[in-house]
Amino acid sequence: MSEKVLMKGNEALAEAAVIAGCRHYFAYPITPQNEIPAYMSRRMPEVGGTFLQAESELAAISMVLGAAAGGVRAMTSSSSPGISLKQEGISYIAGSELPCVLVNIMRGGPGLGAIAGAQGDYFQATRGGGNGDYRTIVLAPGSAQELADFTIEAFDLADEYRMPVMILADGYIGQMSEPVVLPKPSGKSFEKPWALTGAKGRKKNIICSMKLIPDTALEEHNLRLQEKYDLITEKVHRADTYMIDDADWLVVAYGTSARIARKAVDRLRGEGIKAGLFRPLTLWPFPEKELYEAGSKVQKILTVEMSLGQMVEDVKLTMNGEVEVDFHGRAGGAVPALDDIIERINGYERENHTHVQAS
Amino acid sequence: MYKRPESLSDVRTHYCAGCGHGIIHKLIAEVLDELELREKTIVIAPVGCSVLIYNYLEVDGLEAAHGRAPAVATGIKRARPEMLVISYQGDGDLLAIGTGETVHAANRGEDISVIFVNNAIYGMTGGQLAPTTLVGQKTLTSPAGRNSADVGFPIRACEMLDTLEAPAYIERTSVHNPGAIRKTKKAIFKALKYQKEGRGYSFVEILSMCPTNWGVQPPEAADWVKSDMVPWYPLKKFRDRPADEDADKEKAS
Repeated sequence: MSEKVLMKGNEALAEAAVIAGCRHYFAYPITPQNEIPAYMSRRMPEVGGTFLQAESELAAISMVLGAAAGGVRAMTSSSSPGISLKQEGISYIAGSELPCVLVNIMRGGPGLGAIAGAQGDYFQATRGGGNGDYRTIVLAPGSAQELADFTIEAFDLADEYRMPVMILADGYIGQMSEPVVLPKPSGKSFEKPWALTGAKGRKKNIICSMKLIPDTALEEHNLRLQEKYDLITEKVHRADTYMIDDADWLVVAYGTSARIARKAVDRLRGEGIKAGLFRPLTLWPFPEKELYEAGSKVQKILTVEMSLGQMVEDVKLTMNGEVEVDFHGRAGGAVPALDDIIERINGYERENHTHVQAS
Repeated sequence: MYKRPESLSDVRTHYCAGCGHGIIHKLIAEVLDELELREKTIVIAPVGCSVLIYNYLEVDGLEAAHGRAPAVATGIKRARPEMLVISYQGDGDLLAIGTGETVHAANRGEDISVIFVNNAIYGMTGGQLAPTTLVGQKTLTSPAGRNSADVGFPIRACEMLDTLEAPAYIERTSVHNPGAIRKTKKAIFKALKYQKEGRGYSFVEILSMCPTNWGVQPPEAADWVKSDMVPWYPLKKFRDRPADEDADKEKAS
């Protein structure tokens, strides 16, 4: 089973969903994630599951809500403008406390933008996106392998906390073909006594986000959701680090940006410059503890994104002014150049050197 | 002896005097009892006056976003095909914000039953123009009466869905008097029975009263359904494919 297969990231994710026990997948076509519905349209019938191409993103996410209420593992995937449409349903799913997995294979925006990969939906993903006080767990894979592995985990997290979990990857990660070892099922199982299975031998189950009675019901509901989010903030935060132990300069990046940043770290190390990489694997909750620990040991932090500065706000919030946080970003499907990152950090070195000489 | 259907909850109504929802909820409850489906039913609550329908029926209940009830119904029916799924919707929900979901669930022939309550106005938000508001009808947002040159004509849902191939059963009824109520119950019975038998998509449009937002007394409201709504929305069975198939089978044997 540990055999490596060459797969597109999107297909690795789709197969991992099947491995995780997802048998209900609803989506609407949009580039650059079209491999997922294409794969599912073939694969779901093979495993006795449901593939349904919905009439819209609004319908697709509502189908996910319905299936999740039935107690099954359900998933939808889309790309940026499509995820905007899904925000209605995501807010309802969060409010109704239903588990499901959402995949956003990001492209450039705003609006229709273009189909090349981007990271411009960080705010939307990590701040809720839809109306109301809610959160979604956001996982940030950086390879086809991680797209597969994180999908298995996403279904478990969704069931454990009864909430939507989003996999947020840029189009390059989804489109790239890489060797993948398909993951094994986690083996975890979750009781769902709240599921709608017919009011037989029990009181009726009602799943809704509207809380009217008593007057305090909605605030109480929100406070309970917040308690859950606090618990998740405490328990679910992950990051990957590379060469950070003795680093002077720390690059913070995820997805494709992190792959380029890692190469930059290697090159800089080759030149004797102590650079390191911090790669958040969860974007919400943001791995604040891990970043603070790594970041407070360095002279400067450089956040690199395929956007004009979104995650950098979380980096700054985490460091709270204790360490200078610089930013380098490209937008609209453009990818940060290796040389630009290297040059930026070389600049810090020069500046430092001048500063030391002057003092 | 007549008693409350087991499927109907013992709660006080929140509906206005003369509103048709209470009657229709009770008819659904009676049919669920008669078909012994209470323990196997999921009702999808729309956004609109009937958003709390799950408080009135003793069955599992699920909320949908405005207009998305047929998509939510599709999701849970695909996940739990053994369950009976009712998508209960008003006119704004079904024909304005949810037109796409309405048409496509019908076009796929989803094995669900849509109960469409048409009272020609938005109720919960205080009486705005609906896609089914009659020409000339005054509402909060058509104070001079619906002007068809400006906002078009009221949409006939049954006729529109009748152009599709997949639906199994489409009928329009009313609840403006006891005779009409009896016919409505028969239509609901058919719709749910067909779903129980796995015979495909069923759609029942029910003309209903909204005295509060029409600004009339309940008896006048019932009269208005007959005098003004029925001429535009004829009470009619548009399609009953399962009955036709059964008749053909009988003929053949």
